[in-house]
Amino acid sequence: MNHTTHPPDHTVRERTGAATAAPPPARTAARRRPTSQQWAAWAFLAPVTLYLVLFYAYPLYRNLDLSLRDYTVRSFVQGNAPFTGLENYRKVLDDPTFGPALVHTVVFTAVCLVFQYAVGLALAVFFNQHFRLSATLRALFLVPWLLPLIVSASTWSWMLNSDSGIVNSLLSVVGVDPVHWLTSPEWSLTSVIIANIWIGVPFNLVVLYSGLQSIPHSLYEAAALDGANAWRRFWSITLPLLRPVSAITLLLGLVYTLKVFDIIWIMTKGGPADASTTFATWSYRLGFGNLLPAFGPGAAVGNLLVVAALVFGLVYLRVQRKQAMA
Amino acid sequence: MNRAPGRRLTAAALTVVALATGTTACSSGGSSSAKGEDSGTFTIWDPYPQFAKDSAWAKLLDDCGSEAGIKVKRTAFDTSDLTNKVLLAAQQDNSPDVLIVDNPVVSTLAEAGVLTTTDDNKLDTSKADPNLLAAGQSGGKTYGTPVGANTLALYYNKEVLKEAGVDVASVKDWKSLTAALAKVKEAGKKGITFSAIGTEEGSFQFLPWFWGAGAELTELDSAQGESALALWSDWLKKGYAPNSVINNTQTTSWQEFAGGEYAFAENGTWQLANAEKAGFDYGVLPIPASGGGNAAAPTGGEFVTLPVQGDTGRYATSQKLVSCLTSTENLYATDTTLSYVAPTTEVQDKQVAADPKLKPWVEAVKAARGRTSDDLGTKYPKISEQLWKAVQSALSGAEAPKDALAAAQDAVK
Repeated sequence: MNHTTHPPDHTVRERTGAATAAPPPARTAARRRPTSQQWAAWAFLAPVTLYLVLFYAYPLYRNLDLSLRDYTVRSFVQGNAPFTGLENYRKVLDDPTFGPALVHTVVFTAVCLVFQYAVGLALAVFFNQHFRLSATLRALFLVPWLLPLIVSASTWSWMLNSDSGIVNSLLSVVGVDPVHWLTSPEWSLTSVIIANIWIGVPFNLVVLYSGLQSIPHSLYEAAALDGANAWRRFWSITLPLLRPVSAITLLLGLVYTLKVFDIIWIMTKGGPADASTTFATWSYRLGFGNLLPAFGPGAAVGNLLVVAALVFGLVYLRVQRKQAMA
Repeated sequence: MNRAPGRRLTAAALTVVALATGTTACSSGGSSSAKGEDSGTFTIWDPYPQFAKDSAWAKLLDDCGSEAGIKVKRTAFDTSDLTNKVLLAAQQDNSPDVLIVDNPVVSTLAEAGVLTTTDDNKLDTSKADPNLLAAGQSGGKTYGTPVGANTLALYYNKEVLKEAGVDVASVKDWKSLTAALAKVKEAGKKGITFSAIGTEEGSFQFLPWFWGAGAELTELDSAQGESALALWSDWLKKGYAPNSVINNTQTTSWQEFAGGEYAFAENGTWQLANAEKAGFDYGVLPIPASGGGNAAAPTGGEFVTLPVQGDTGRYATSQKLVSCLTSTENLYATDTTLSYVAPTTEVQDKQVAADPKLKPWVEAVKAARGRTSDDLGTKYPKISEQLWKAVQSALSGAEAPKDALAAAQDAVK
């Protein structure tokens, strides 16, 4: 803790290796004699910065470092892995798993987002009617969110079991042939998508519902007086006014969905073969799912995911700024 | 107007970040030998989280510790967690004194330079069965001693077979086994269940059939290998085995068998205690090879190893501790609690004398092969991953067995 409360001029002298991290404004600020106000600012800043560095910056740096070196188990232990630049990324791109994993990640994320948002919005609008028992029912819809993932994923995996699952026995009642939900390459991705949509709906419901609360009721009354029907009111009032909330919901949903791992791993292990492998499960399998861990490529895949999430985050910021300017 | 203070604050924050990064990077080098100072306490890591503090296993460790004049600190990990935990600990020069680890992992850890050889640590491995010890050998060196062994065999449900009119003595090779499955299915019961999940467990379960066909891990796409995979995928196609095997772990596969509908189940020594509880009459049969006789099944079970320490003086005491753990008397107690077959003939005889039901298992263990044996070592994990993928592709109908194995062999190269 000590070092972070040093006077700022001291810090400027010390950080020789990381010159890029401190843009010029800091220097001018540092040359002036620090006022007591600035001291206080530093003191307030220190804990959170230390926390960020220890738990975010350092792991990220380690992950980047892992992905840029040729780690074998031996060099991992001895810490002398040679720097190989983008070799791990090349290896990952050339891997026959890359194509399917990319497609699955995109499909999984896109389909989950669309359905989670659509169902969540429909339910939010529905519960916004404030009918009797609506609060109780809304609370019930939160159950998937509250359950530990291992419970819900295991339950899904039992329900979708080819031979003894309840879904197939219901299907057989109506005369449909059993579907190999988790064990056929055609269905396994669909199955994990269905499970993930179910898990993601409550989040969308909660955020969109609270967004709906902030739309003034008078607008709807005015529109009704003008003769707009419910459908029209939804498209012309609800959806446009909900846009900022929708954007943040979709962005958060995107980040959550990109990195979904537990559900897929518990339900199918990414299988059969690679049929439901996404980047998240692939990264885990490379790093931990084998007797001989491949840390480098595993970290590389993980970093690709981080970059993807970051890109969408930046897109969101840009869009938001544009909206703010307009 | 609002902007300027905000930007200054950001800049200041970045400076602090830069400084803190520098400091943490420096300090990480200094705190390596956190454990080395305490010479009276020895650490043991094992993959048996099912044994609590008051279990016979934990007590045995304590007793062996006091015999060696030291205190034992035991930590139990989930077996799938252990490899990475050990690698990380070794990286920080913080390895446990004694490590008990799944046998196919030994060659990986040896490759990492984490384990001492028996030349250095003076462990006596002369009593262990050579086919079991082989899993812990690579490059002519031995890296530990087996604490117990298990392997796979076929459990069968006597009641189901009787109903279907199958005489279990007729099951001698693949043909007669498949015929038996056909009869069971005709009788309205279910044939066989196993685990073909996309993890090491899937390869472990497929290997007896793969080896039983005469195939070798160095050539996945041989005609023999193809015949083994074709056997499994035909069973699925004909409904002799359920489609769920593709997603079955050995535990879920056992649960299917324990339901009482299945005639056969491929499973391990460790299910014996559960078999007694299943509530129906069961028998055990070695897995047949394609043309008759017993197939070699892969060995399971753990090795006791001594990881490399900064202070080499600790090995002598660790060796005493391990000798106590693997003494004839204690091995018997340990392997009984683990439901394992002992790694030495002496203790095996004692086990069979006490429980004749262990006889087929002792035979199966004697015929078993290590997965990393034949100097496959760290090549095995890569081969295994491709093998389980090929099994999954073929069983799910995505690829023909031949193409799946050809693709697997390509990927290994």
